[in-house]
Amino acid sequence: MSSILIVPIRPVDHAELTALVEPLSSAFELPVSIEESNYIDPSFAFEAYRNQFNSTELISALLNRFTTFDGKILGISTVDFFVPVLTYVFGEAQLDGKVAVLSSFRLREELFGLSPNPKLEHIRILKEAIHELGHTFGLIHCPTPECVMHSSTSAEEIDVKGKNFCEECEQKLGRVTFK
Amino acid sequence: MAEKKTPQSILIVDDELIVRESLTKWFRQDGYRVEAAEDANHALKLMNNGPWDLALLDIKMPGMTGLELQKRLKEIDKNTSVIIITAFASVDSAVQALKEGAFDYVTKPIDPDHLTHLVVNALKQKKLVEENVQLREQILDTSKAYDIVGESQPIKKVLELAKTVAQTDTTVMLRGESGTGKELIARAIHANSARRYFPIIAVNCGAMIESLLESELFGHEKGAFTGAQFRRKGKFELADGGTIFLDEIGTISQKMQVQLLRVIETKQFTRVGGNELISSDFRVICATNRDLEAAVKDGSFREDLYYRLNVFSISIPPLRERRSDIPQLAEYFRDKYANIMHRAINEITPSAMDIMVQYDWPGNVRELENVLERAMVLATPPAIQHTDLPFQLASKAHGLQADSLAAVERAHIEMILQRTGWNISRSADILDIDRVTLYNKIAKYGLKRP
Repeated sequence: MSSILIVPIRPVDHAELTALVEPLSSAFELPVSIEESNYIDPSFAFEAYRNQFNSTELISALLNRFTTFDGKILGISTVDFFVPVLTYVFGEAQLDGKVAVLSSFRLREELFGLSPNPKLEHIRILKEAIHELGHTFGLIHCPTPECVMHSSTSAEEIDVKGKNFCEECEQKLGRVTFK
Repeated sequence: MAEKKTPQSILIVDDELIVRESLTKWFRQDGYRVEAAEDANHALKLMNNGPWDLALLDIKMPGMTGLELQKRLKEIDKNTSVIIITAFASVDSAVQALKEGAFDYVTKPIDPDHLTHLVVNALKQKKLVEENVQLREQILDTSKAYDIVGESQPIKKVLELAKTVAQTDTTVMLRGESGTGKELIARAIHANSARRYFPIIAVNCGAMIESLLESELFGHEKGAFTGAQFRRKGKFELADGGTIFLDEIGTISQKMQVQLLRVIETKQFTRVGGNELISSDFRVICATNRDLEAAVKDGSFREDLYYRLNVFSISIPPLRERRSDIPQLAEYFRDKYANIMHRAINEITPSAMDIMVQYDWPGNVRELENVLERAMVLATPPAIQHTDLPFQLASKAHGLQADSLAAVERAHIEMILQRTGWNISRSADILDIDRVTLYNKIAKYGLKRP
């Protein structure tokens, strides 16, 4: 039976990781656990001139670290991610693959000069965690605005979409929906 | 079951592996069909896997640059939308890329929000353009606006030449008497050319005095002359991308000939009273019923302009040289005016048709149309009688003026031959003589097939 493993990429908010277990398990109907000891130190992926961490290199590191694990892996961090051609990414995933990574850095309200809003930040992290893991299950971006697989490149866009899969994406996941 | 849509396609060309991989992954997650090439040569090979809706081209690559590649890609498929990517902002190269048809220009690293919206907009615009072309083609297919009636050999030849020259951008000179349908042929050439989605602007050069024609063709600035209260675009400016049809070109003054030659050669001009040099991409079709060769000889028409205009000449025959088309044309105009006037007239009696076929039509198709319009007003349903035709038409009908029996016979045989399109068997049947006798009479009277 497959499962989902959450791997901390330090620094990370452990309380946040714990809060993700139950809703992720519910979303994918799979057991979810947190890797407590084998965390990732992302310093090897740091690009000083950008002051950001290369998410593609983090995915490679997770793949190399957890070779025997046959479920899906979600690496989570509070540091800022990038891929070389883009200024930033919220996360990155292997389409129909094993690993996804997610950064909460740009999901924080403080980044926009606003007061901290832990509840909103949690919902954003949850949506993006489901979204990136959705890619590892082979789902591509969905045109339905409410669907969690809808593409979002800004925090506001994440707020607009829901945390559930639309009917079509549910079907792609091989699940039957009853309405 | 919902129809499965073909995913839109994106071709990425960048010499950096990491860029190709990142963008490929990014766009595949968006559901696009994506392929990537490391250089221009590979990209040109991948064009065989197209069509590509969008190409993202790195501006700086070893070998052929992104700008050069853009040109080549557009030559292969002008519909592929292009976004240029560069490592550093360069206004010069950005402007160059946009001038050569790029949709937009981005610098690395690219803001993902910007990239997503840019690609969506580029593909949306491409789709709109394609839909627009499809709709225009549908309208063109259903439109009968440029119907040219007739099946005689002379008109078939004209249409064949028009169709051939329509595919090119060559300047066309239409020769023919007044009323033969020169503007109709010009519009048919334009409608069948690559410029058909842009306007055809017709100017009757013979209808205006020199100063008015100058303003009409080149436009004028505010205050260029008394009464010019506003700036006005000229016909050359309006014809940008399309065709300008200069009718009665043989009537323009020497001064206008010089100006016309310059604008046709350079495709640039200034408005009357203005200094701004305006460029326009137009095709010239001109028409005349004058003997321009004689005008060149006597010095009233510039030789250089004559050669510039007379690149591809089409002579439209007068109606009297294609009499076999008269019945069909008459019926076409009968139906046209029956519809317009809501009159239940759907016949032309044989005697009325005979008169029309015999008549020489100095005013050509235009005169025929006018006669039919008048007859439709006078006629009593359901048919146009010979009495509905103008008196002078009946009296001037070719052959009725001849006195001798031989002249009448000649004219009658000629008329029947023209009516049947020189079908010998049918003509012999109508004349109630055998084919050999008809051949003998054709030889005797020296009748020749037009």
